[in-house]
Amino acid sequence: MLNIFRGFGAVFYKEALHVRRDAGTLFFSLTMPLLQMFLLGFGVDTNIRQINTVVYNADGRRESRELIDRLKNSDTFHVIRYVSNDQDLNDAIIAGRARVGVKIPVDYSDRLLHNMSAQVLVLIDGSDSSVAGQAINVTTAIGLDESLRRVLPDRAAFAVDMRPKLLFNPDSRSPNFFLPGLTAIMLLNVTTFLTAFSIVREKERGTLEQLFVTPVRPFGLLLGKLLPYLGIGFFELCLILFFMRFVFLVPIHGSVLLLAILALPYLFAALSLGILISSKANSQAEAMQLAFLPILPSVFFSGYIFPRETMPVIFKPISYLIPATYFINITRGVILRGAGLKHLWTDGLALFLIGTVLLILAARRFQKKVIMA
Amino acid sequence: MATATHNGAVPAIRAEHLVRRFGKFTAVNDVSFRVEKGEIFGFLGPNGSGKTTVIKMLTGLLPLSGGAAWVEGLDVRTDSESVRERIGYMSQSFSLYYDLTVGENLQFYGRIYGLEPARLKRRIDEIVQLNGLAPYFDRLAAQLSGGWKQRLALGCAMLHEPTLLFLDEPTAGIDPVARRQLWDLLFELSAHGITFFVTTHYMDEAERCNHVAYIYFGKIIADGTPNSLRELPEVQPPGTLRVEITTPEVTRALRFARQLPGIRSATIFGQSIHALIDDHFDLHELREELLKNGIAVGEVRPLAPSLEDVFVELTDKHQALLEAARA
Repeated sequence: MLNIFRGFGAVFYKEALHVRRDAGTLFFSLTMPLLQMFLLGFGVDTNIRQINTVVYNADGRRESRELIDRLKNSDTFHVIRYVSNDQDLNDAIIAGRARVGVKIPVDYSDRLLHNMSAQVLVLIDGSDSSVAGQAINVTTAIGLDESLRRVLPDRAAFAVDMRPKLLFNPDSRSPNFFLPGLTAIMLLNVTTFLTAFSIVREKERGTLEQLFVTPVRPFGLLLGKLLPYLGIGFFELCLILFFMRFVFLVPIHGSVLLLAILALPYLFAALSLGILISSKANSQAEAMQLAFLPILPSVFFSGYIFPRETMPVIFKPISYLIPATYFINITRGVILRGAGLKHLWTDGLALFLIGTVLLILAARRFQKKVIMA
Repeated sequence: MATATHNGAVPAIRAEHLVRRFGKFTAVNDVSFRVEKGEIFGFLGPNGSGKTTVIKMLTGLLPLSGGAAWVEGLDVRTDSESVRERIGYMSQSFSLYYDLTVGENLQFYGRIYGLEPARLKRRIDEIVQLNGLAPYFDRLAAQLSGGWKQRLALGCAMLHEPTLLFLDEPTAGIDPVARRQLWDLLFELSAHGITFFVTTHYMDEAERCNHVAYIYFGKIIADGTPNSLRELPEVQPPGTLRVEITTPEVTRALRFARQLPGIRSATIFGQSIHALIDDHFDLHELREELLKNGIAVGEVRPLAPSLEDVFVELTDKHQALLEAARA
């Protein structure tokens, strides 16, 4: 028979039975991502506000107090303590009680009154780069603004007036940024594990060897195993989208249908990856460890947390090999930017190609797979 | 035709100079044999001697490193796809899906072989009938006892009506009653013209086969009907007699017997000793000799060699040859 998918129907039937029998695993794999979603959705805020700050005001007069008020009013700084010497200022930062220390020198007001440049020391804990960046930006801006106010006549217009406008996520809500990316990671997680386990289980049981003496063809076997889990992955996607929209109130600007369609090649790639992993692993414990491997690069190199633009040149090609890279672009594209097929079809195509290559690799390994006596 | 025998029939299996190497290790070394249609062929040998490797080569799971094999007239090197349609295989681990019921396991294996629904239903009914699986049809495979698991596995391997069945240690870990029932079933199926290739460690099972071969360190050292093997000159050299000496003190008796002139070899079998003696040795004399030395002896009587005797004798000879070659 020419049919290279031989045995597909039988394997699909059996795999569906496994899924139905093992409702516990199914429930667990469907709810784990939701739990993750709740943790990240409610627990993480990427907007940096209310940084703990200590102040050493050696001057103490009106001008210096006004400056401190401006810092507080920026919503970026939260003054937790006033100290009276350099040592305490330093210690508060070293001990981690404060991230920022502001020292206003004793001659601050005097220098301003005499139209001289007054210096303010801002100590910033550089151990968290995003906090440090925010502190630098805000203090610099306040300094600049304060200077301009003193130089310019009242109500004069700035010569150049920058008017930044945040597109797509105007309120900078963290869930809007996090959850579309998290969708990609969670789907990868669930599907890779499920397929990897479903094949390794058969290896352990000896049934895989039995299948090899039947006329089932590698593609029939692999696709039969893959499709039921594609269904589960798809259902998972619907669950995630539902919670994203109605619990976390992330507006979906594009077409949900398009997102669903573009999720198929992503799930296909993730499942093929699971199958490839299972061809390497001989026990469930081994499969578990191997299935964790793709997760870290998917988190760090896909643009999920760190922007791909700032990646060193050598890592950038890696990001193109990671399915999550494309799907994160798709989810953020559809959900936040309202992108359509014409913006995203290349990502879909890339995912489909990656999935096909992975599946062919896996099928070849299974074809050549020799089971030792 | 290359695979035809002298009388024109195509054998179920013909293996010619099979070789399988794993790296530097030769697991199967120049193995040739043939199995005629309808035979129950017992393939015996110690663990690690290459039994399973031969099965895997014949079923297309392992490529051959050398030699050639035909299964049901089809070359396993080029036609493994068609070979798989005609054979059934039951591995040591039974290869069932424990979270599926008996019926679902049968359904699945039937579909894998592409049986169309009407035939599948008929075959499942037949197998359930034949193997007595009806009371367990809706039970999960995990809940079956060893004997029933094995019957189900056999059923799964037979759904597509193979003409040749490979059973790799089908009775390992099965209780004696289930073991006997399985063999009764094999005889019944064999009567319908199905060929069986069975590996086993049990000598009583070997005695039931109509054709046995013994593989030792990757080489076949005996091949024939159980009776023809018993008559091999290596097993029963001219001028010798095989006797059974029953005694409660087997170890002492064995030590003593081995020193007696005229006793060529002796081995313990339960509460008795099987010895190969020169046939001019008088059995009464032998008994007296033992009693004189304070060994309680029951009976001393002539004995036809069992297959176990055959294999012990042959492995000893072969081992001696191997050691001589090494020295």
